[in-house]
Amino acid sequence: MSKVVERKPLTFLEKTYLPQIVGGLKITLQNAFRPKVTLQYPEERPPIPEGYRGVPTLVRDPNGREKCVSCQLCEFVCPPKAIRITPGEIPEESESVHVEKGPEDFEINMLRCIYCGMCQEVCPEEAIFLQDIYSVVGTTREEFVYHKQKLYELGGTLPDEHYKWDKKKAATERAAAGGHH
Amino acid sequence: MDWIDILLKVVYCVLVVVVTMTIAGYSVMAERKIASWIQGRIGPNRARIPGIADIPVLGTALVKLGIFQLPADGLKFLFKEEPVPAHVKKVYYTIAPCLALVPALVVLVVLPFGVYYIDGQAHPLVLADLDIGILFILAISSLGVYGVVLGAWAGNNKYSFFGGVRSSAQMISYELALGMSILPVFMWANGPTGGLGDLTLFNVVTSQTALWNVIWMPIPAFVYLTALFAETNRLPFDMPETETELVGGFHTEYGGFKFGLYFTGEYAHMVIGSAVFTILFFGGWQFLPTFGFLPEWVANPWASWGWIGSVVSVIFFIVKLYALMVFFIWIRWTLPRFRYDQVMTIGWKYLLPMALACIVFYAIVIGAWDTFMNVQDTPAIINQSAP
Amino acid sequence: MSDNGQTKMVPINIDGKDFEVPEGMNLVDACESVGVEVPHYCYHTHLSVSGNCRMCLVEMGTPMRDRATGEPIMDDETGKQKIGWMPKPAIACASKAAPGVHIKTQSELTKSCREGVMEFLLANHPLDCPICDQAGECRLQEFATDYGRGFSRYVEEKNVKPKRTVLGPRVTLDNERCILCSRCVRFCAEIDKNPVLGFTERGSHSTLTCYPGTQLDSNYSLNTVDICPVGALTSTDFRFKMRVWFLKPTKSICTESSAGVNTEVWSREGKLYRVTPRRNDEVNDSWMTDSGRMLYKMVESEARMQRFRIDGQVCTLGNAVLRARELIQLGPVAYVASGHLSVEEQAMLRKLVEKEPGSVTFVGHTKEGDGRLITNDRTPNVRGGLVTGLIKELPVAELDKLRRQLESGEIKTVVCYGEDLTKAGIPSELLKKANLVYLGTHRNATSDVARVLLPTLTVFEKTGTFINQQFRLQKFYQAVPGPAGLMPDVYILDALLAECAGGAPCRPTLEQIWQDLAAKVDILAEVKFNKIPETGLLLDGSAYAGLPFCEGSGWHFEPQRELAATSKF
Repeated sequence: MSKVVERKPLTFLEKTYLPQIVGGLKITLQNAFRPKVTLQYPEERPPIPEGYRGVPTLVRDPNGREKCVSCQLCEFVCPPKAIRITPGEIPEESESVHVEKGPEDFEINMLRCIYCGMCQEVCPEEAIFLQDIYSVVGTTREEFVYHKQKLYELGGTLPDEHYKWDKKKAATERAAAGGHH
Repeated sequence: MDWIDILLKVVYCVLVVVVTMTIAGYSVMAERKIASWIQGRIGPNRARIPGIADIPVLGTALVKLGIFQLPADGLKFLFKEEPVPAHVKKVYYTIAPCLALVPALVVLVVLPFGVYYIDGQAHPLVLADLDIGILFILAISSLGVYGVVLGAWAGNNKYSFFGGVRSSAQMISYELALGMSILPVFMWANGPTGGLGDLTLFNVVTSQTALWNVIWMPIPAFVYLTALFAETNRLPFDMPETETELVGGFHTEYGGFKFGLYFTGEYAHMVIGSAVFTILFFGGWQFLPTFGFLPEWVANPWASWGWIGSVVSVIFFIVKLYALMVFFIWIRWTLPRFRYDQVMTIGWKYLLPMALACIVFYAIVIGAWDTFMNVQDTPAIINQSAP
Repeated sequence: MSDNGQTKMVPINIDGKDFEVPEGMNLVDACESVGVEVPHYCYHTHLSVSGNCRMCLVEMGTPMRDRATGEPIMDDETGKQKIGWMPKPAIACASKAAPGVHIKTQSELTKSCREGVMEFLLANHPLDCPICDQAGECRLQEFATDYGRGFSRYVEEKNVKPKRTVLGPRVTLDNERCILCSRCVRFCAEIDKNPVLGFTERGSHSTLTCYPGTQLDSNYSLNTVDICPVGALTSTDFRFKMRVWFLKPTKSICTESSAGVNTEVWSREGKLYRVTPRRNDEVNDSWMTDSGRMLYKMVESEARMQRFRIDGQVCTLGNAVLRARELIQLGPVAYVASGHLSVEEQAMLRKLVEKEPGSVTFVGHTKEGDGRLITNDRTPNVRGGLVTGLIKELPVAELDKLRRQLESGEIKTVVCYGEDLTKAGIPSELLKKANLVYLGTHRNATSDVARVLLPTLTVFEKTGTFINQQFRLQKFYQAVPGPAGLMPDVYILDALLAECAGGAPCRPTLEQIWQDLAAKVDILAEVKFNKIPETGLLLDGSAYAGLPFCEGSGWHFEPQRELAATSKF
């Protein structure tokens, strides 16, 4: 059994719209004298909240090692297919040769990126982070394709909890020095 | 009339057009600024002209007020690339924006915007003091719809076509209410015993020395104002544009300077409309009404100041006009758009009957006033052009 | 498993369900054939059973019989024969399907066995998945997620073993990842007959290595990479090139020789990354040659022809075909082709020859094979030429007859399809004088002097069929698009044919070509292109038994007759 709600008929004044118009004008007038919320952008910058997802960047560990090993999981998981990695082998003369694999090139097309953060979530090496950069500018399409060098420049260094590869290297050295195999 | 007179007229014309267009331009800025205030924003505050903006306190204040946004916008419209879409009717597409602006400017000719005195006799500051003033205004300003309809049709686009159809229907509907609502004003201005049968706007202003029409004719004033909103395509009656449903309405296909012309035309219409409203209902350049008991000079305190008095009267007229413009803007950022059927209902079912009722009512009142009060003189002061 | 094509089916019971499987089949394979997965590392269908990984442990039992009388012992509750379950789990790979065998692959015991095995295997396995090429096709990864515990109790330091050990020119070993399944060791010993691999040290120190003084350099060494269940053995060529989950496999046929090895071509976005063998128990089991895997590199070769040309000038297909027709009709014409063409192309070429008659010769490419998957005939489809009727005689290595005809002016125009005539005994000065129309994929000394160049596609860029030494008709598919502007060979032949016949090109589909072929060729009468099975269709080649084919015996092939004494390698 549906309940019928009586709709109150409009009074004459309401039918003229005028009281409502006056009420509306009052509200807008009050608003005009309230403090402004505008942020004077280039001079003032918004505070970046915790967990903000800005431009994806590649990071180094505190020892300066480039963390990405080009496992291509981010490339796989990226919904808009913005990431493109050219895998490569780390040369013998490099200090991180024990990591064996690193990206020859790492491209993120910022015109495609949707800042979903899935690359950060999937990264097994904690090498890609969406940090606090939100301003992406350029005048050509090519400029929006960020390459490895730029991504590392933007990413900088972040603290590392594991030092997985350093531990591995130390273990190898111990083994070579006659320790446990 | 020798060549000096002609030259003077030309100078006056240029002056009037320049001033009006500047006012129209700065209404755009006022629109942006007021809109931003109402929405809790700051609005344009960055455009700067190097020399002026560098003046210590004043320059900064002007920049913050966004004063220099207007030349920036104007220059932008002027220098923007002006693509002409392939599918438009090129001739009509080009002349339509001009047709929208020209009527607004033509109306300026008969608008009195101040007063000057020769031998204590008041004369209107006006380019051409036509005795059919208001008829000329109604006739010319209603031509503005052609600019809109022609532009809409030339755009050769469904959206602009819809905008054009709506605008023609709306403008014709409200034209009636607009014309009817001002009849009481002229009945009063001419008075039964004056017998001048004169429609100059100067008479209307002088007839309000005792009492501004808006005070005792609120309903015609309201009808006129509402119809004015509709005639100038302002919110809540911006049916021709309706950017949320028709992209840009009649000017969908326009860009660059042509769009700029439409834009300026809309504000010029607003300026003219406000000026006419000020003259008809707000006592024109008069300072205050006398209410019948205050001394006569309250209406024109600057009557004896010579040419300075004339300038002050013009400034006071512009102040009133601008207050009305601000009201236009304030309304725009307060009210939502009416539905199209509501627009038609309001125009035909409410405003027009109201205007008609007012004609009858004020005819009776003015007739009764004349008969029973035995008024010797009409409030109107005899016009120069009268024989 | 099979005896004269007759397979005896026996009933077995897996997880309480009854199935019929061939008698004597390995239980791992038997389970797989009915859709039940028994995880395993060391077992491989084509290798001997070593049973060292213990991953395929299952509970097993047989119907009970009275020891004294041999009478079945019946279960009163179910009315069926009682099952005598073994007290301990058994490895499925070391058991064969026998009547009445019962196994449980999902029982608690089986599951805990697998968890235990996984835990031991993972104890010392490095967390290399992000840099490991096997990730994505790694049995350890798959089984760890399917059957593993899901967490590690191992807190001690993991073993460290040498990484990046070079075992051979094409194989790199990561010792840490090795789970000691010994598949590679068995492959080298049993299949390759080149036992260079073995384990040294003991316990968790065990290491895969080559015998001193040897290296894993056989032409079959990359098969060890394929069968390695983890990422221990990696292909040096494919190493760190691309993650396998991006690669799209396409079924193909190796063109190295007339063995017709079934392959899978792995590509991503139009780029080829690797070639792996595709199991076909009638042709190549699970194996292929290292040299065959490198053939994909020809796709991106510098010498690839990309444009239609007339006298060296770039032109459109239409103009090139027009000029080719003019040259052919200038005649007399001779056609030179080879067993590198697919059956469809040979059929189209035959139509062209019927329209513009001329002699057809195949250039032979023979070289001594290895008696396994490389035959003496180094073209994949000589038999296609015979079956389609394009040639009646076997290919010859030296085109002496054509050379004489050219010298005497008897032949004015030569249509050469993918062959380098200068290597077949015709000097390029002679070719320069003749009107040469060249169709092919790569530049060579012959294409350089051709009047008309019609670039064609490689086997990776088109779809078609080959007929191998067994007269097995096998399909290959397009893996990557060809260079922009080029089109399948059959379209070019069709355009040429249409130009000669004065009609419009009809761009026949492969189905249409096969309909045509089925009508013309008796032994193909029943063949429909779409119905050719992926493992190939064996044709009746008895009509050609008299021809002196050059193939010797190899895996799954015995020549019908003694090798012709005159055949040269």
